[in-house]
Amino acid sequence: MKIHEYQGKEILRQFGVATPLGVACFSVDEAVSAAEGLGGSVWVVKAQIHAGGRGKGGGVKVAKSLEEVRAAASQILGMHLVTHQTGPEGQVVRRLLVEEGAQIAREFYLGMVVDRDSQRVALLASSEGGMEVEEVAKNTPEKIHTLRIDPAAGLGFDESAEVLRKIGIPEASVAGAVTVLQGLYRAFVEKEAMLAEINPLVLTADGRVIALDAKFNFDSNALYRHPEIVAYRDLDEEDPAEIEASKFDLSYISLDGDIACLVNGAGLAMATMDIIKLYGGNPANFLDVGGGATREKVTEAFKLMLKNPDLKAILVNIFGGIMKCDVIAEGIVDAVREVQLTVPLVVRLEGTNVELGKKILADSGLPIISGNDMADAAQKVVAAARGA
Amino acid sequence: MSILIDKNTRVMTQGMTGKVGQFHTLGCLNYANGRNCFVAGVTPNKGGQNFEGVPIYDSVKDAKEQTGATVSVIYVPPPYAAAAIDEAVEADIDLVICITEGIPVHDMIRTRYKMQGRRTLLIGPNCPGLITPDEIKIGIMPGHIHKKGRIGVVSRSGTLTYEAVGQLSALGYGQSSCVGIGGDPINGMKHVDILRLFNDDPDTDAVVMVGEIGGSDEEACARWIKENMTKPVVGFIAGVTAPPGKRMGHAGAIISGGQGGADTKLAVMEECGIHITRNPAEMGRVMQKILKG
Repeated sequence: MKIHEYQGKEILRQFGVATPLGVACFSVDEAVSAAEGLGGSVWVVKAQIHAGGRGKGGGVKVAKSLEEVRAAASQILGMHLVTHQTGPEGQVVRRLLVEEGAQIAREFYLGMVVDRDSQRVALLASSEGGMEVEEVAKNTPEKIHTLRIDPAAGLGFDESAEVLRKIGIPEASVAGAVTVLQGLYRAFVEKEAMLAEINPLVLTADGRVIALDAKFNFDSNALYRHPEIVAYRDLDEEDPAEIEASKFDLSYISLDGDIACLVNGAGLAMATMDIIKLYGGNPANFLDVGGGATREKVTEAFKLMLKNPDLKAILVNIFGGIMKCDVIAEGIVDAVREVQLTVPLVVRLEGTNVELGKKILADSGLPIISGNDMADAAQKVVAAARGA
Repeated sequence: MSILIDKNTRVMTQGMTGKVGQFHTLGCLNYANGRNCFVAGVTPNKGGQNFEGVPIYDSVKDAKEQTGATVSVIYVPPPYAAAAIDEAVEADIDLVICITEGIPVHDMIRTRYKMQGRRTLLIGPNCPGLITPDEIKIGIMPGHIHKKGRIGVVSRSGTLTYEAVGQLSALGYGQSSCVGIGGDPINGMKHVDILRLFNDDPDTDAVVMVGEIGGSDEEACARWIKENMTKPVVGFIAGVTAPPGKRMGHAGAIISGGQGGADTKLAVMEECGIHITRNPAEMGRVMQKILKG
């Protein structure tokens, strides 16, 4: 689960990490009075959306007077901010962060991830602050320093200091930067993050080390024990179809194609998207109904798929294990009757009680196209989508 | 022969008395030699009771001492599952198969750390389990699609494993053992660990290796195969069409930081001599082509 920058900074401050003073705002007037309250003569007005790359997209502006704060806030609030992470339609900005300006001497990068290879939390640090870490990793990998953190010992002072010296933190500021690193690590572990980034981490003109940005992604499997993180959830930042799906315990991701697919199991669902593409079609979604799909879940899944205005055809691909094909077939028949299907439907059933399942579909009298195996079903659905 | 488990394996079930545990224990008991293989259940405070004639013990230690079980399968709910693995590790169980989906990743980091230097092997979590056809099934896969034979299968996902098995069985190729290693980012045995076992198993002739986006385990395995594997391997990676940054169901199935894409994995696998297919409906037929020469 992702959160906003200002929420991330709230968490960081709880763990002793310094950030600029700032206020989250929902209107232009709020932004101006926030700047007034913060005082000083330079402010930064920052769009709060979950996607990265906000600066390049015009979502971050420096203001040197309250009039400029007003102008910047008016421009940014409500804009469709397009970044490399939002897709071409962009994301509407509904929240702002107004912060005091910082005297930046140098910028660095700090990141933490759950590292599969070492099965530990890994710290990534780089002298190239403000850059996409992916770009740095590709072009100048020697500038990224990695530390895999011992889960029992935690992140010690000496090893932290060593990494910080390597990325060019001056000696006088190392102790302050260690506080940031250790705070970030404690936040990462205690709040159960999957990913965290401070980019940039800033060395100020007077030698302080502060987090100028904060990005967190939390483990959705651990949210049950973190109501304080759940409270940060902003549904405006999520795909409505994905929110709807999650209510019914369906795993759904919108894609930009026109052939919807309904599958049991994440691996098979991905493979189904792949085979649609392989035969010249374009998958409209990833949809895993899970191992225990009921009639109700199948019906909801159909409703979701049918909401897509670009939809041209639907492929159901079920390999029944625990989930019996006859139960699924009944669910499909019920769903089709309830939702008034407007596009061709291809169904491929395999596994437990498959013959019974196929008979239920055939006897239903509904215009369901039967696929004999995955390849046959994929070819048929691609043809159907083309109107062949 | 087979890998990891056979008809002589003795198994305990942690979380046998829950709804999920009961359902799948019954399925395992009724498969092949299951009634002899599944000898104990573990549920705290329910020691002395039984399920389907299988005695229940309060702890893994008790169950091991009383029945001699050396393998444990876990259906314990996510908040308690990592602790269940820890208990099995402390009792020096040889092999733990954790079916549970949705264990917090930081729990698994701590559990894997505690497993260092211990004898216990872990499969999963978030996996279908493993099966040696006509001998023993430990997990949630449908037994009837399997057929005894000489092809090994290893995969990160459940139903996609069944798809591979279904294709092989339909073409007449049975399986020596099928292993689902699970879809979580922090897990136990990896593709390479299972490939090693299949390579050493005299009753396995070839292997189907099914991977998916996320991480670099398949690449590491491919490099090992290039240097060491004496048997043909057929490979498929799910998620060629998955967009970066989106988690495809499994917590581990995400392309992040430019890493873990399916095309990269397939390219490395092909370079290393694996017979790759981009068509998930062709896994069985590619194997058939190789074996028929």
